[in-house]
Amino acid sequence: MTMTTKRSLLSLSAWPLIAAATLMSACSKKEEPPAAPAATAPGSAPVAAAPASAAPLKVAFAYLGPAGDHGWTYAHDQARKAVEKEFGDKIVTSFVENVPESADAERVFRDMATQGNTLIFGTSFGYMEPMLKVAADFKDAKFEHATGFKQTDNLRSYDSRSYTTAYLAGIIAGKMSKSGTIGVVGSIPVPEVIRNIDAYTLGALSVNPKIKTKVVWVNGWFDPPKETEAAQSLINGGADVLLQNTDSTAVLQTAEKNKKYAFGWDSDMSKFAPTAHLASAIINWAPYYSKAIREKLDGTWKGNAATWWGIKEGANDLTAISSQVPQDVKDLVAKTKAGIADGSFVIFKGPLADNAGKEILKAGEAADDKMLGGLNFYVKGVEGKVPGGDKK
Amino acid sequence: MEGLALLIAASLNAGTALAIAGIGLLINERAGILNLGAEGLMLVAAMAGFAVAVHTGNSWLAFGVGMLAGAALAACFGVLVIWLNTNQVATGLALSLFGGGLSAFVGIPYVQEKLGEQPQFHVPVLGDIPFLGVALFRQHPMVYIAIALVAGLAWFLYRTRAGLVLRAVGESPESAHSLGYAVRRIRLMAVLAGGALCGLAGAYISVIYTPLWVEGMIAGKGWIALALTTFATWRPARVLLGAYLFGGVTMLQFYLQGHGVHVPIQFLGMLPYLSTVVVLVLISRNASWIRANMPASLGKPFFPGA
Repeated sequence: MTMTTKRSLLSLSAWPLIAAATLMSACSKKEEPPAAPAATAPGSAPVAAAPASAAPLKVAFAYLGPAGDHGWTYAHDQARKAVEKEFGDKIVTSFVENVPESADAERVFRDMATQGNTLIFGTSFGYMEPMLKVAADFKDAKFEHATGFKQTDNLRSYDSRSYTTAYLAGIIAGKMSKSGTIGVVGSIPVPEVIRNIDAYTLGALSVNPKIKTKVVWVNGWFDPPKETEAAQSLINGGADVLLQNTDSTAVLQTAEKNKKYAFGWDSDMSKFAPTAHLASAIINWAPYYSKAIREKLDGTWKGNAATWWGIKEGANDLTAISSQVPQDVKDLVAKTKAGIADGSFVIFKGPLADNAGKEILKAGEAADDKMLGGLNFYVKGVEGKVPGGDKK
Repeated sequence: MEGLALLIAASLNAGTALAIAGIGLLINERAGILNLGAEGLMLVAAMAGFAVAVHTGNSWLAFGVGMLAGAALAACFGVLVIWLNTNQVATGLALSLFGGGLSAFVGIPYVQEKLGEQPQFHVPVLGDIPFLGVALFRQHPMVYIAIALVAGLAWFLYRTRAGLVLRAVGESPESAHSLGYAVRRIRLMAVLAGGALCGLAGAYISVIYTPLWVEGMIAGKGWIALALTTFATWRPARVLLGAYLFGGVTMLQFYLQGHGVHVPIQFLGMLPYLSTVVVLVLISRNASWIRANMPASLGKPFFPGA
């Protein structure tokens, strides 16, 4: 998950310097460590799990991008602000943005723990190994890792079910597409992203069985110029409703420029493309952050757990649906959303075949979370092959 | 066929910023100055241009301010390497890093801004020709201005006395000096012109090509432009050709994916640099080739008193 995939060697070698400088300035901006650290120094805590009574709980967040990216990181930062409001003076939050998924990340997490933060959120997949290391050294602090799959006594993971809202977006895309071809600007071919592409396609196929999905990968999470070029190439290839799994507003803006449609992703992006914007698939991390902080305050926080919340828990939603979308389509989306929330509607269920015709699920079968977590095939309707997907 | 026309159109558009920055660096290098700070210059100009576009909505004014910003930063570089004789490579690298940091810092309030809708351009009559119209004549005016700039530079370098003097300064500053030319002033002018053109390219990227501002958004195009001057063996027309070629390669990676052809995009991403190394190897194989192509005093400081 790096945003510097195609830079020259020279700028690559310079990058760590810039990153280090940014981090240093970012770290120095944080508030001073409290005069009396509240039972956080490793080894010196008499009762580690005792709820803080006087001193507020210190909560830290590590962000992958800038808090103002209006996508992934922005959604996390909005949730941070929400819990800050909810818990008032019981907690103090701080964050470090632009934390690279490299050895620097470990330094940032170590720094957060040393400064007395006892609940630490790492909001990107690539922080998993650094967080594991730091969590092993700071047993009294609790660590929360987004989108990861490894857990320990004081590290657990959490994620949201973005594919559910990708499916809902697909329903709208299937109804709004005139060319019958829809497009996805993919970030990095990991199961999470492939799942979204498949769900988007299944959603579109549910209302228009002739839909085809074109996918172009940019191999980065946040690279607006490449996202623009990729979106343009999809539009030139005939796609007229775009979805992206990248973090900027570039795809939406490219669709606006070409008078095509697109969706907002992770956050409400309607203001960036008033006519192209059909809806935004948003993630609301606040309910989970609120739960985690409450558990930490109560002393009921437990590690070795993975939480995967979706529409039901208020973690995902498709919002800001454009007035261009006909009412019957809106009704269908609302009905499907309710079905996903109460469990009566399942997206990945049999009969389901991949785009080479191989049967994945028989009629009556439904995909479990384990299968969804490692999903690595395109469903029928998606063109092309999953990059690197042959080496199974 | 429609797809091919659109690919050509997209390649021309992608190559335009590279061509403009490339000829800016060509002017520098023809005068004997190697400016590795192109990436930083372009970032600062992209930031300045975007800010002006946000506040005024006028993209031409944004280009102008981008050029001024590029020239201003290049002037600092010029004073350092021409008068204070600091090492050009080190100073250029520092400028590149500084420009990246400065633009990121100044640009913080503009990260969430958006520009108004852009008009679609369409050359009358020519734009309606089937295939060619789509491929060539529905571009932003800057695409055609870039071609005119390249033609103008070729004429200037090879057909005017001033162009001859500029080349002489890059080949042998001592000889030019002994003939009474103000070598330092001429080099500064070249650096300013180069900075302004890099600035124009940067502003084109942030205002037209990818109309938004994010930190580091030039994403290596300054480095590609530097590679381009070598790839083109310091000839303006070849810079233009190379720019379209490199632009085409960046677009091709997405088109191939869209057509189900699986070339790893990382492979295509490294092609501009690989081809530059190949050209360097080719022209470096014998001394006369180097002499025929590379400005002889490129990167070397000049001491008028010595």
